[in-house]
Amino acid sequence: MNSLKNISSIVLPLNRADVDTDQIMPKQYLKRIERTGYGPFAFDEWRKNPNFVLNNPLYKNAQILLAQRNFGSGSSREHAVWGLEDIGIKIVIAPSFADIFNSNCGKVGLLCIQLNQKEINTLMNLSESKSGLILSINLEDQKIINEEYSININFEVDNFLKYRLLNGLDDIGITMQRDEAIQDFESKRFNFYPSSKTII
Amino acid sequence: MTNKTLAQKIWDKHVIHKEDGLPDLLYVDLHLIHEVTSPQAFEGLRINNRKVRRPDLCIATIDHNVPTTDRTLPNPDPLSIKQIDTLRKNTKEFNIPLLDIFDNRQGIVHVIGPEQGLTQPGLTIVCGDSHTSTHGAFGSLAFGIGTSEVEHVLATQSLPSPMPKMMQINIKGNVKPGITGKDIILAIINKIGVDGGIGHIIEYTGDAIKNLSMEGRMTVCNMTIEAGARAGLIAPDQVTFDYLKNKPLAPKGEEWERALTYWNTLYSDENCKFDTIIEIDAATIEPFITWGTNPAQSIPVSGIIPDPDQISDPFAKETAQRALKYMELSPGTKIQEVKINKVFIGSCTNSRIEDLRAASKIVNGKNIADNVHAIVVPGSGLVKKQAEDEGIDQVFINAGFEWREAGCSMCLGMNPDILKPGERCASTSNRNFEGRQGQGGRTHLVSPEMAAAAAIAGHFTDVRNM
Repeated sequence: MNSLKNISSIVLPLNRADVDTDQIMPKQYLKRIERTGYGPFAFDEWRKNPNFVLNNPLYKNAQILLAQRNFGSGSSREHAVWGLEDIGIKIVIAPSFADIFNSNCGKVGLLCIQLNQKEINTLMNLSESKSGLILSINLEDQKIINEEYSININFEVDNFLKYRLLNGLDDIGITMQRDEAIQDFESKRFNFYPSSKTII
Repeated sequence: MTNKTLAQKIWDKHVIHKEDGLPDLLYVDLHLIHEVTSPQAFEGLRINNRKVRRPDLCIATIDHNVPTTDRTLPNPDPLSIKQIDTLRKNTKEFNIPLLDIFDNRQGIVHVIGPEQGLTQPGLTIVCGDSHTSTHGAFGSLAFGIGTSEVEHVLATQSLPSPMPKMMQINIKGNVKPGITGKDIILAIINKIGVDGGIGHIIEYTGDAIKNLSMEGRMTVCNMTIEAGARAGLIAPDQVTFDYLKNKPLAPKGEEWERALTYWNTLYSDENCKFDTIIEIDAATIEPFITWGTNPAQSIPVSGIIPDPDQISDPFAKETAQRALKYMELSPGTKIQEVKINKVFIGSCTNSRIEDLRAASKIVNGKNIADNVHAIVVPGSGLVKKQAEDEGIDQVFINAGFEWREAGCSMCLGMNPDILKPGERCASTSNRNFEGRQGQGGRTHLVSPEMAAAAAIAGHFTDVRNM
């Protein structure tokens, strides 16, 4: 996982609510067993429309995706996040996120920023304008800035997630340091809890 | 002692490590694994030279992309073959039990867990699949996770998780005759919306829930994720215990008694605190049909396609407009006049024996409409066998249905079972997203009984009048 500190990029505006992960990464690409290379398949069906925002050269190289409420709903497929990661997205901003998508982003190293609808509307209008909107996002200070438009927004982020993202740490290693506590817990579990050992 | 919700009780019992500023580290009792969301997790273990901590708490099966036609024939899809072989190789290497496709216990991961008695009250259960919420029907805390978390659980048998908020959805009173678990959950999603449950665990309560069979409860909990909540659960009771008794991996003898004593403590305390409480009058619930491209866009069978111009919320309006265009439907049309050409009875939502029994009663002695192609895909090899023992397969076959092997099938169309562009399907599955069942395909979510009725009529119809 790469670390995430300061991002300055044009904002890719996806002005739709309830964008589900079936749209972000259609099922036919879930049969791959690789971890990388999902970018070309992201929004596969919607991209067939030449007017779809991802086809607009203005937003080429965007690292910030701006969306509407309940972004990433539906299937738990992390392939959706891998697709966004592979097209260069590092931060997604929306009024709300589906829980599993949000959690998957944190594991992969993408930051989900939740803002209120009014703030989203302001950013959406500017980023859909002819020249687009460039935002600077500082995770350390938890700030979103554009001086030209006097944008200076503070955002919330979970402290532990912030620490992991800033340092590019995956949390398996962190949890493995708690092996003693896990062993201790295991020694106290009920005997009647199920085991798959005898299934075969 | 503070009064706790059921979910809080299970949560607290599984906290390995608690510390301010950190998510709780939860122990995982059961990890369900399938071919689609696991390959990269196993690869991650190999790269980092890590082991699977507790293979005895894992169970794997092949369900998502497996063909449901004759399995003695070659699988036509090389990518599917590779993904299935990868799971075989991984489960062998890491010593995880696998129910492979020629094992009659193979099936949809959320059908086989309960069927084998692995799913029990009070457990924490995870799977790289959002419909893991299904297992909450047994009073367990079950949620879907992504592949990174699958890797985390394989390596540590635990998961760092921030504690969600608590929601109670009380279905007050009894439903009218002919109303199913599917109708109840579609009514709930219609009321709270596809994002209404974000950040919450939902506990379903009320007589209408208590009166459901385990199959009906699983249908309700299964679609919890379609309301945005990661987990949904129902307090265990005699119905739960009767279902579990004598299941292959359920506790036996003295252990059963001890388990039962514990399970009887699993309920929300009086005066416990829910962050959100929703109440629905059971008597108002009708058979529901979705008309749009998310599971909240639904109407009762007596209803008409809504007019987006009447919707005040700008996003809901825009979503409805796009949905109607995709679905090729016009406002004001009676849903019962909408013709279908496909019927799918199956999926982790509605492929259990009770679902098949109920649908078979509707089609018994009748024929499906000329313009309709219909398939039944049992949830597991054991469901299939039981149905065949009861003669249910012949009822479907005689009516013109195809009778298939177990798997996820047309719910998400990762195998050859897909809708062609423009085809319209009455489906007992859980998602009506654009292209979900096949590019350009149009999905209407209904109960097994309503799907069966639509197959016979060739259009949607009120099953209660048949």
